[in-house]
Amino acid sequence: MTIEKKQEGTTLTVQLDGRLDTTTAPELEAALKELGDVKELILDFEKLEYISSAGLRVVLVAQKTMNKQGSMKVANVNDTVMEIFEVTGFADILTVI
Amino acid sequence: MKELTIDATIKNVAAVTAFVDAQLEQLDCPMKTQMQVDIAIDEVFGNIANYAYTPEVGAVTVRVEIMDNPLAVMITFIDSGVPYDPLAKADPDITLSAEEREIGGLGIYMVKKIMDAVFYEYKEGQNILRIKKNI
Repeated sequence: MTIEKKQEGTTLTVQLDGRLDTTTAPELEAALKELGDVKELILDFEKLEYISSAGLRVVLVAQKTMNKQGSMKVANVNDTVMEIFEVTGFADILTVI
Repeated sequence: MKELTIDATIKNVAAVTAFVDAQLEQLDCPMKTQMQVDIAIDEVFGNIANYAYTPEVGAVTVRVEIMDNPLAVMITFIDSGVPYDPLAKADPDITLSAEEREIGGLGIYMVKKIMDAVFYEYKEGQNILRIKKNI
């Protein structure tokens, strides 16, 4: 998986390419560790193939952090990932755009 | 039937996924179905890698069988680690808010939801977990 970060002012966009699973989730966790002055976090899943529970855990941690300091959006989610969000109830927790 | 025996490590999740995907590709398996199988492999094999033999490293045998009428794939994971029945765990409460959420138990719950059947048995010192997905 590759992770691309782009910060404009207090908006951070993180673009994922590949699979967010047991092997790669720690990489995203590391990339989202320092959210300092970020007020809006956008996770762009356009090139994300799928997500497993290890990835959901990292997304949940990011959501909890952003609940305290701003907001988070998850963009361009494919069918496979959306279905995972639905069966796990994450569709209700996250703001999917 | 194809079989792979490999060390239960997180590093090997990719090798197991590639091994199963190679069988699915021969069946013209829809991409979404293949992704769902890959997610289930990550959950099941990842779980075995994290818990079955810790702190030692042990082996897992992964067996792929294709079934007809209806066309389906059955993947069997066999390890000789700590006896563990993932199906005995209660389903997580998926209606809780982000703050109340705990992630434990979500993996096997996802497997149950995205596969068509999941079976577990402990036999002769081995955990045998089977997942079945219609194609």
